[in-house]
Amino acid sequence: MSEAATDDEKIRCDACPVLCYIRPGMAGACDRYANDAGKLIRVDPHILLERTVEDNGALVPFAASRESWDGRVVADSNTFVTAIGAGTTYPDYKPAPFIVSSKVDGIDMVTVVTEGIFSYCGIKLKIDTDRHLGPEQATVRADGEPVGHVTTIEYGSQMLSLGGVHHLTGGGKKEGRVTCDTLLALCNKQPVELTIDDGATVIAQAGKPPVINGIIEERMRVGCGSATIGMFAKQWLGLADDVVVVDDHITGVLSEHQAGKYLGIPHTGLKIKGRRSTPGRYFKVAEPGTGWGGTNLIDPLAILGPFDRKVAWPGQRILMVSTTGEHSAHFVLDDDLKPVETAMPLPLVAVVERIKENCEPALTTVLFMAGAGGSLRAGVTENPVRLTHSVKNALTHVTCGGAPVYVWPGGGITFMVDVTRLPDGAFGYVPTPALVAPIEFTLSLEDYSALGGYVGEVLPVEAFRGTEGRRRLPRGAGNPWPLKSAL
Amino acid sequence: MTRAAVCMLDERRLHMQDGPIDLIVEARGTSGSIQAAYAAAATRFSTVLDELCSELSLIRSEVAKHRPPEGHIAHRMWSAVLPFTLRCFITPMAAVAGSVADEILEAMAAAAGITSASVNNGGDIALRLTGKETVRIGLVDRPDRPSLFASATLSAADSVGGIATSGWRGRSFSLGIADAVTVLARNAAMADAAATFIANAVDLPGHPGVHRVPAASLQPESDLRDMLVTRGVGPLSPDDVIRALDAGVAAAETMIATGLIVSAALHLAGTTRTTGNAVSSAHLAAVKGPAIAINRRLSP
Repeated sequence: MSEAATDDEKIRCDACPVLCYIRPGMAGACDRYANDAGKLIRVDPHILLERTVEDNGALVPFAASRESWDGRVVADSNTFVTAIGAGTTYPDYKPAPFIVSSKVDGIDMVTVVTEGIFSYCGIKLKIDTDRHLGPEQATVRADGEPVGHVTTIEYGSQMLSLGGVHHLTGGGKKEGRVTCDTLLALCNKQPVELTIDDGATVIAQAGKPPVINGIIEERMRVGCGSATIGMFAKQWLGLADDVVVVDDHITGVLSEHQAGKYLGIPHTGLKIKGRRSTPGRYFKVAEPGTGWGGTNLIDPLAILGPFDRKVAWPGQRILMVSTTGEHSAHFVLDDDLKPVETAMPLPLVAVVERIKENCEPALTTVLFMAGAGGSLRAGVTENPVRLTHSVKNALTHVTCGGAPVYVWPGGGITFMVDVTRLPDGAFGYVPTPALVAPIEFTLSLEDYSALGGYVGEVLPVEAFRGTEGRRRLPRGAGNPWPLKSAL
Repeated sequence: MTRAAVCMLDERRLHMQDGPIDLIVEARGTSGSIQAAYAAAATRFSTVLDELCSELSLIRSEVAKHRPPEGHIAHRMWSAVLPFTLRCFITPMAAVAGSVADEILEAMAAAAGITSASVNNGGDIALRLTGKETVRIGLVDRPDRPSLFASATLSAADSVGGIATSGWRGRSFSLGIADAVTVLARNAAMADAAATFIANAVDLPGHPGVHRVPAASLQPESDLRDMLVTRGVGPLSPDDVIRALDAGVAAAETMIATGLIVSAALHLAGTTRTTGNAVSSAHLAAVKGPAIAINRRLSP
């Protein structure tokens, strides 16, 4: 496919004699070709993954034109035909759209490629935050419709469960449609605004920091203020006389904390304004905000009372740091026992940096989870349960758009996949409503034949040589090569 | 390699695609007559797009009464939109899908003695029924979410040869706010033009909740040029919905009275109004079961 370069990125499509003039972001009259930022693309290309010669997992930009692909001899095991854009077959007993053979380590392998239509599917959403998003079991809504619920809190993260057959087809018409839209957008790495009953509003997007009540969550804490004292107490020994770790949940004080006592750190006469929980641990030193440690503090000294004159001494060194290490200051008490900010000694800077290093970027993680029903499996073999057995016995390798999946133990083929490992736009929908997701089953030709596979439908990978209606992409960074023998 | 793709969709239906034209053809009769009909359809189809493109600028311009286009299909388009020229701005493109469907249907009927046939051009359908043959048609309330909400059964006695649907959510631009207007007429070209006209009439001029942009800002060569086309409809009050549908029903009833169309079903914001005989509520039966079209969205 060629395209004529024109002014302001409009494209003259020459796929047919209508010769549509297409603006960026729009499709031509046929809805098949579109202008993607000045490039003419097939809207629904069938995706093939390529393994580069020096395969070191790096993402190689795809820039080949049609001409350079024509006549190319496809090296067998270096092309993987994904199910993205492969379509599906109907009725169920028909073989999957593509059954592709290739040689891996000298063994004849078969990949059965199909797009599954999943009514029984959903998303497990992990939101890295310590903020309260809503009570457990609270309803999660999109566009006012219930699309899921709040589940457990894991360390530093709140889990949400979205979708499922009850929201997709068991509720009202609008509920099903909005649920389908929400799942599709999240799976295709688009942002979605979710509101939680009696809780927060979250903008979630796979692989991006969550936005909670309008504020971007930057980093996960390595722990609360008290935990931070526990982790780093020994590294401060001898560098500071006392350390305060400021945190919205629990603020920690080294000299009072069990960790400080264990190291023999003496009292310093430092006083925290706040409600003391156990020694060295204080609740609610300030209001929540975007200042120090998730509080509204701009000046950390605001939480310190006057030093106890009977205990404190001039020249005493105090480190104040937030739980994420993003804020820090060093003070020395003057002759009147007033803290005066001074330059932080380099060894202390190093420990502050270490706290920061241990606070990982906060992200939203989207795992798509679905069960491959009998209909889908019937496209692979005439005896669907044998496919389940073969997957469970690790003879059949399951991938989703070329990305690795986790297959649940137990009955059926229930899998989870990190959507960021799939190429863009890999998911679709049908108006039932249900999601359409790619799924590939790779196994040896011998095993395929043994489980009653459609051996007569097998196509060699060389049949996928052209580019018409296909797009070749490098495999995703970090994804294992999906073609592998079970040996 | 020829540009057009022609293949059997399953054991019964023929699928033909060329550029933006996508036809699903089904004929009934003896196996010999079906084969002859499909061969004729494929032969006729091979030049359709080139014929249309040879007069593209003319058929994208406002209808000129005394300057009919030369091509057979373009002439069908021109004839179908002529009755509307005095009422509104319209170009022959308003009937392109229906006219192509009519042309293929006629080619099949001329080649073989088929008992019934249909040519579905992206929802605009040309239909031929004889004897006791009937066909069940499904109605959608939103073309962007093609799930059937009702169906109607047509027989030869209904004198319906064309079915077409138009609305702002569909593939073509609309000047109105109807989610979908489905029209039954004697042929698909007229149904196509009339659906466009009635969908344009379902409107609330000046309503602040309706988002409109110049057609040319979306498709530089749109036949609608700088006319404002609907891109979004905000929440409407029940009175708004009644007012907009009244305007559409009035337009539809004029066309039924003058014999241009048989009947129409209009949908806006969950409300449906029907006029004429064939899709009266007595004919409508709720449809159950999933649609199987797969849609994939372009990333923004």
